[in-house]
Amino acid sequence: MLVFDSVTKKYGTVTAVDNLNLEIPKGEFFGLLGPNGAGKTTTVRMLSTLTAPTSGSILVDGRQVDRNLTEIKAKIGVVPQHMNLETEMTAWQNLELHGCLYGLQKDIRQKRIDELLEFTNLSDRANEMVKNFSGGMKRKLMIARALMHEPEILLMDEPTVGLDAAVRRKMWDLMKGLNKNGLTVVLTTHYIEEAEILCSRVGLMHGGKLVELDAPQKLIQKTGAFVLEYFENGGTRSRFFNTRQEAIESAAGMEGSVNIRPANLEDTFIKLTKRKVEG
Amino acid sequence: MIAPVLYLIVFGWGLGSGINVGGSSYINFVIPGIIALTTMTLSFSTVANDINIARTYTRTFEEFMVAPVSMLVYAAGKITAGALRGLYSALIIVLLAIVFQAGLRLDLYFIMITILNCFVFSALGLTAGLIIDSHGDMAKFSNFVITPMSFLCGTFFPLDKMPVGLKEIIWVLPLTQTSLALRSQGESVFQTLLHPTILIIYLLIFIITGVRLCKKAE
Repeated sequence: MLVFDSVTKKYGTVTAVDNLNLEIPKGEFFGLLGPNGAGKTTTVRMLSTLTAPTSGSILVDGRQVDRNLTEIKAKIGVVPQHMNLETEMTAWQNLELHGCLYGLQKDIRQKRIDELLEFTNLSDRANEMVKNFSGGMKRKLMIARALMHEPEILLMDEPTVGLDAAVRRKMWDLMKGLNKNGLTVVLTTHYIEEAEILCSRVGLMHGGKLVELDAPQKLIQKTGAFVLEYFENGGTRSRFFNTRQEAIESAAGMEGSVNIRPANLEDTFIKLTKRKVEG
Repeated sequence: MIAPVLYLIVFGWGLGSGINVGGSSYINFVIPGIIALTTMTLSFSTVANDINIARTYTRTFEEFMVAPVSMLVYAAGKITAGALRGLYSALIIVLLAIVFQAGLRLDLYFIMITILNCFVFSALGLTAGLIIDSHGDMAKFSNFVITPMSFLCGTFFPLDKMPVGLKEIIWVLPLTQTSLALRSQGESVFQTLLHPTILIIYLLIFIITGVRLCKKAE
């Protein structure tokens, strides 16, 4: 169980996260969505103790997270947004270092490293320097590293940025499988379809505030299940309707081409964050 | 290790030949100074640059911060590693001194002071690496703090050549204490004990500040 209790983070005069209250039960696949600068990364960083909140508290299993509270930290696995592997070490050495930092016994380390390299298809590159790896391989290695110590909570800050479609899908399967085995996953992402496919619940952040919190399907229904798109004054406008019939009726009186389709989370996201002018 | 060897050549054999300080040849005077400044520079820069790069460039600092390792253990590890690096450089200079048959009095006190000096500046490196957020600022810190100390803290010439006022300020600096202690022949028992005490105070201040900073550094 993960609890954010009135958490605020300020950087000088900028409020990155503004009075966040959120509970994430065990075993949930939770997605944090939001435009750039919404405070997603700051939220994840606070949870992993990389940044201390300005006020409020973050509890994991009833205990407030702190950099010196090693038992709680051992339960969390972190996949950061940017690459932070030791590039001058091999894949194997990176995992070995992580295992040592988390106090795993030598035989367990050996076993886990073999398993995870197998799991991420990196076995044959185990003894190669990380600096020679492609972006996708580095990402996979970072995920393998985060899973090394068998965490109960996995924090992933945009884990699929810069990956090609095939690798991304593979990553999704990997995450789904982990979650099925009881791992709590907290994911931040720009790819809204990713959240729609993976997450059982999403939180929508905007300007440091949590503006919506629900299952993806429910959020879509909230704004309207169908979208009517049309082009006007140099921009694409969209209107939301609860049924296809309503959308068709509305489109009947319009000039030019229109497009009616089922709404997805991305439409909802854009409507809720008001990045697009509403029709 | 190039700089200390050059110092030895330039100030020891080059400029220093024929100069006498306190009755013995200049090379004998300057070697403890070179040991003091080299252990300082190496211990400091090893830790400071390593942490600075890990925080701002490779971001590997985060991997250590999220790991279930207490900040005291992390700090102790970094400081010890830096200090060992400094000691290694001291060893090379001592070997050079022996090869060139310079007079060097190696006793337990000398070794202990050298080790202590390594730890003091390694701990300063930890603190600086955690506070300073860019390579540029780190270079400035080295230029304005470490480099002046390496020349002025009784390393190349005796402290009493300094003007009154400045002399007292320089006396308080840790490197001055090391240089004085490494040449401590003929000092009173009080003075021989005073040097390590002052160094230990510096060490404690730097370690405590460093560990505190560790809890918050990003």
